[in-house]
Amino acid sequence: MIRFEGVQRQFGQVTALAGLDLEIEKGELIALLGPSGCGKTTALRILGGFDRPDAGRVLVNDVDVSSMPPNKRDMGMVFQAYSLFPNMDVRTNVAFGLRMRRREKAKRLKQADELLELVGLTQTADRYPYQLSGGQQQRVAIARALAIEPTVLLLDEPLSALDARVRTQLRAEIRSLQQRLGITTLFVTHDQSEALSIADRVGVMQNGRLEQVDTPEAVYRHPATPFVAEFVGAMNRVSGRLGDAGDVQVLSQRLKVLNPNSMESGAAVYALLRPEGVAVVPDPAGPGEVTQRTFLGSTVRLEVTLDTGQKILVEQPTQDAGVALGDRTGLRILVESVIVEEMVPSSAP
Amino acid sequence: MSFGSVGIVPGDDVVGGPEPQPVTKGRKERPRPWRIAIFVLAALYFVGPLASAFKFSLIQSNGSYGFGNYGQIINNSAIRSALITSLEISAITAVLVVVLMLPTVVWVRLRLPKLTLMMEGVTLLPIVIPPVVLAAGLEELQSHAPEWLVKLLFNHPVTALTPFYVILALPFTYRALDNGVRSIDLHTLVDASRNLGASWRQTIVHVILPNVETAVLGAMFLTIALCLGEVVIATLLLYHTFPVALIQESLSGTAGISVALSIITLAFTFGLLFALSFLAGRRHRPSSGRMI
Repeated sequence: MIRFEGVQRQFGQVTALAGLDLEIEKGELIALLGPSGCGKTTALRILGGFDRPDAGRVLVNDVDVSSMPPNKRDMGMVFQAYSLFPNMDVRTNVAFGLRMRRREKAKRLKQADELLELVGLTQTADRYPYQLSGGQQQRVAIARALAIEPTVLLLDEPLSALDARVRTQLRAEIRSLQQRLGITTLFVTHDQSEALSIADRVGVMQNGRLEQVDTPEAVYRHPATPFVAEFVGAMNRVSGRLGDAGDVQVLSQRLKVLNPNSMESGAAVYALLRPEGVAVVPDPAGPGEVTQRTFLGSTVRLEVTLDTGQKILVEQPTQDAGVALGDRTGLRILVESVIVEEMVPSSAP
Repeated sequence: MSFGSVGIVPGDDVVGGPEPQPVTKGRKERPRPWRIAIFVLAALYFVGPLASAFKFSLIQSNGSYGFGNYGQIINNSAIRSALITSLEISAITAVLVVVLMLPTVVWVRLRLPKLTLMMEGVTLLPIVIPPVVLAAGLEELQSHAPEWLVKLLFNHPVTALTPFYVILALPFTYRALDNGVRSIDLHTLVDASRNLGASWRQTIVHVILPNVETAVLGAMFLTIALCLGEVVIATLLLYHTFPVALIQESLSGTAGISVALSIITLAFTFGLLFALSFLAGRRHRPSSGRMI
């Protein structure tokens, strides 16, 4: 098990980590998600031993590894940049970690071949990195990281340099390998779809802090903070007013409030609604007009501008979106409960 | 960890990112006449004087042509010993320079990038300070230093000159190595190597050095060329190195031998250059038949 305990890291005036607390269970894949500069890569580099915390500590199986050098940690890492050694062929690259561990040459080459088979690249064993495509290079990098039989696998945006099709394919392969090998993995990414699709749990970070750590579905459906709600997926902030019975009146519909907290009835609030939680209802006398229509294949994304000037994003299956650009329309909320945030003058959209 | 039947389906030809370099064959292009003309003129400019010098070096004391002057050089124990001394100094200096400078360059690039400008300034000092000043300083050191240090350093030209040639070579070697290190993704390669269990020494030997091989060879070549040509410090400190012997021979009046020595020096230097080109070429040809 891995544990970050109050880990802090400062770079000059910039706070990269402001007291990170996180536990990763054995065999679990956690994705750290957040915008650039939120501290997710710093957390990964500290776990890998490439950086040291200013305060706090990192424990692996209850052993404090905070000041242990990276070559003693037994952690495999796949980098964002192509990191294969250009002077070595693919097989030698994969066997490098074993060579550093003074394994017999025949054994390490055999193990390298097994790992290349595992990632489906047996035929490239004698090639050099410059003879491989980006996707192949990252697969070799995965094989190389796995060769040392690491306690933890660290993935630092390993798919960001690849094109969309390969990215989708490779992330499924990484997940499949991780699950079958049962290897504890920390995956850092700024791509929410990548994080949500690959992880057991997603940690959303902002300004060096974890805003929420939960399953992908919980993070998406029940965001803990407005930042998480707006960072993970698109979100509408629709004005409404709190009712007496823990409900809210939004777009002429009454919805249950999930986080009434200490807000008083009658308070002006914003209800946070996902685009797929709203549907258009074609109506020539409706309160809104379709001002943008983007075809996304199986779904259509619509921007409906209400007569009040507020813009609402709607995403629904293509066959159900029977409206064209410029049509008048009504809106129907498909969910029964919402998160609200208190409306303050500065939070007006 | 057992990998068992776990795996990615073979045959999925994952592509993406930069495409592998395409197979290309050397395209034969017929050279244009004006290019040939420029080449011939340049060749005459360089080869003409060399050929004349070579012809002159073949004139023996009795007026006939032959390799007598070269024979005299080979049989001259003073020149032979000077050449051996210079080669020893060159080899040791070249190795020392790389051993000292490569880790320094890597460390500055990785950990102290703010010191890059200062490093560039400091390594230029041997050019700014004339060798005569260095030699004067050395003479001062010789006369005022403790006897054990004088004996340790100045009893043999190798121990006396090597440290100072290392300093003189800094401006060339630092830049050659720095350019080489800049050309690779140093941070990622070092992190990857360390992550896989390599110590700093193993990282430099197995990962960095092979990937900056051309720059290292270039730095060594420049150092050797400098050691084989440096006369000011060696003369002032009264050491009999190869370039000093060359000058002494030319002053002694046996012009044929002096020119023959120059030809030998040039041939040696060219030999080194070709060796460098060969090794650098091999660097880009990882194994036969795989070059694409």
